[in-house]
Amino acid sequence: MDFLTLIQVLDSTVRLSTPLLLACLAGLFSERAGIFDIGLEGKMLMAAFFSAAVAAVTGSVWLGLLAGIASSMVLAGLHGLASITFRGNQLISGVAINFLAAGMTVLIAQDWFRQGGRTPSLIGGGRFGGLEFPGAIGPADAEASGRPVSELIGEANVLQQIYSDLISGHSILVYAAFLAVPATWWVLFRTRFGLRLRAVGENPAAVDTAGVSVVGLRYAAIAICGLLCGIAGAYLATALQAGFVKDMTAGRGYIALAALIFAKWRPWHAMWACLLFGFLQAVALRYQNIDVGGVVIPVQVMDALPYILTVVILAGFVGKAIPPRAGGEPYVKER
Amino acid sequence: MDKMPKWADVVLIPLISLILAAALSALVILGIGEDPVAAVKMMVSGALGSTYGWGYTLYYATNFMFTGLAVAVAFHARMFNIGGEGQAMLGGLGVAIMCLYVPWPHWTLALIGASGLAALFGAAWAAIPAWLQAKRGSHIVITTIMFNFIASAVLNYVLVNLLRPVGSMDPATARFPEAVHLPTLHELLAPIGIGFSKAAPANVSLLVAVIACVLVWLLIWRTRLGYEIRAYGHSETGALYAGISPVRITMIAMLISGGLAGMMAINNVMGEAERLVLNATEGAGFIGIAVALMGRSHPFGVFLAAILFGFLYQGGAELALWTSIPRELIVVIQALVILFTGALDNMVRMPLEKLFLSLRKGRA
Repeated sequence: MDFLTLIQVLDSTVRLSTPLLLACLAGLFSERAGIFDIGLEGKMLMAAFFSAAVAAVTGSVWLGLLAGIASSMVLAGLHGLASITFRGNQLISGVAINFLAAGMTVLIAQDWFRQGGRTPSLIGGGRFGGLEFPGAIGPADAEASGRPVSELIGEANVLQQIYSDLISGHSILVYAAFLAVPATWWVLFRTRFGLRLRAVGENPAAVDTAGVSVVGLRYAAIAICGLLCGIAGAYLATALQAGFVKDMTAGRGYIALAALIFAKWRPWHAMWACLLFGFLQAVALRYQNIDVGGVVIPVQVMDALPYILTVVILAGFVGKAIPPRAGGEPYVKER
Repeated sequence: MDKMPKWADVVLIPLISLILAAALSALVILGIGEDPVAAVKMMVSGALGSTYGWGYTLYYATNFMFTGLAVAVAFHARMFNIGGEGQAMLGGLGVAIMCLYVPWPHWTLALIGASGLAALFGAAWAAIPAWLQAKRGSHIVITTIMFNFIASAVLNYVLVNLLRPVGSMDPATARFPEAVHLPTLHELLAPIGIGFSKAAPANVSLLVAVIACVLVWLLIWRTRLGYEIRAYGHSETGALYAGISPVRITMIAMLISGGLAGMMAINNVMGEAERLVLNATEGAGFIGIAVALMGRSHPFGVFLAAILFGFLYQGGAELALWTSIPRELIVVIQALVILFTGALDNMVRMPLEKLFLSLRKGRA
């Protein structure tokens, strides 16, 4: 494998990690506040559909993004209603939300577009394009010289290759996702809101005693979760791909959940976990079977590796993953 | 003191939840510009109007009985087994191995052998999450979800690389030999003079599923082990005080649960497809969650809920065939049922409890 191939694999790693990272941070906010969320998948899927649908109809990807976020936040609100207000089982609520999204997206897509449960392909302003950094080799240079971008990058020096292919040229949501990591860290560990949010996931009674609303904090956490899942879904349908297709999240919500556990509910670790899982996806996408010194690793191992790693981490063989203490427990004020 | 009479808990609450789910589903059908009344009529005639329809309804119901019982048994020990899907996939592998590599003289023996290995594979797939929960405290919901994905990767590998017949492009096993063909309801009912559709896939597994319902009922309410499982589910500390080992109960409950989910394969793999294909389970493992919730984890409730979902599945397929309503309508209905009978249970329960309390006060 030459250097340029490595850069290309890393480039697609970044692209594939982005939805995982956004969903993972979404889950981080929710679970740190004591609300288990296995409905990340459903929220992403719903947002993917509505962002693609609105972008296809209006031609504006930004309106699409807003619609995606709104739809994801509606589902988040439903999860809040079930698990905070009515103190239901958070896991069951998450399962219901995943099914609701899987069914509703196809149902509405078929009703609106009649294309077998997909949206029309997005073109032009309906998609997030790549941001070209100054000095990077991009489509403009390719047009000027009349040769494909990949050829130009292939001839450039190593630094230019890294800069043009790996750092420059992603959609704005990719940069937003990676900036969300320090932002999440700052909010959770350097602000009063973050302190309270973490406290409500560990010991809600103490937060209540201090006169802060447990319900309010948990709803706030769930709203942030909905927002981030919305961006993740919109990225899938309007940046990574051009339009919505049935079940397009393809288990990414669960991989994000796995990454969250793998990272032990910490923002920076979440980024590394998502990059690792994104890398596995990128490798599985590029190579079918990998030959490592005579031993052939089948592609299915790559597919299953995120889940296997997560089980190993959960089992506590490589450092124990301890979830927030009040996670999954509805808070009942003492009477 | 109970807040409300038992019949309200067992019948009234599921009924109200179901009506709410049905009402919302009707709104959804209205929303996509179709007539809900006509849709229901078509579903009823398509799923229950002929022995062909019944054959499919009961075929789906058989799947859901197994997976519903699987979820229900775990619920009794207060565990949430989302891994029915993966366990059923592995069960399919067990059935395929038994049917392909053992020269069975008669289908009855083949059924026993295949059920055994299917249950064993399903139980084995549940055993690792169960052990991790019991010994290391890893949350069983997360581990069973992960094991669903690992199962599908395993199956993919086995079908593509090991069991696929030479020269075939399709990731599926060869057809099972004629000797392991399970009699369909048509073949079972013909000798006693009842005409039943030849084309429908319902088969003798239905009887196995019904027997499984009875056995689970006996286990949960008539044996010492069942009592221990329920005691553990009600209060872990209480059970510990009574000398019940949490590790043992967690393991046993999950093994039974996984075994039941695995046994689903005798219906869909051995009875219907007669070969193992990719994604043979078609989400039945997840429908088990809805079935168990609606059936209040009681085997008889699971039986009824499984038939209801079998009806929804067959009716939904008919709708997709004859109208522009896609099959995914069923997924929406399933989601609403899970939402109302599971997650939003308190939304129905709280006002009802208040109502019954005030009624009781009025009488006193």
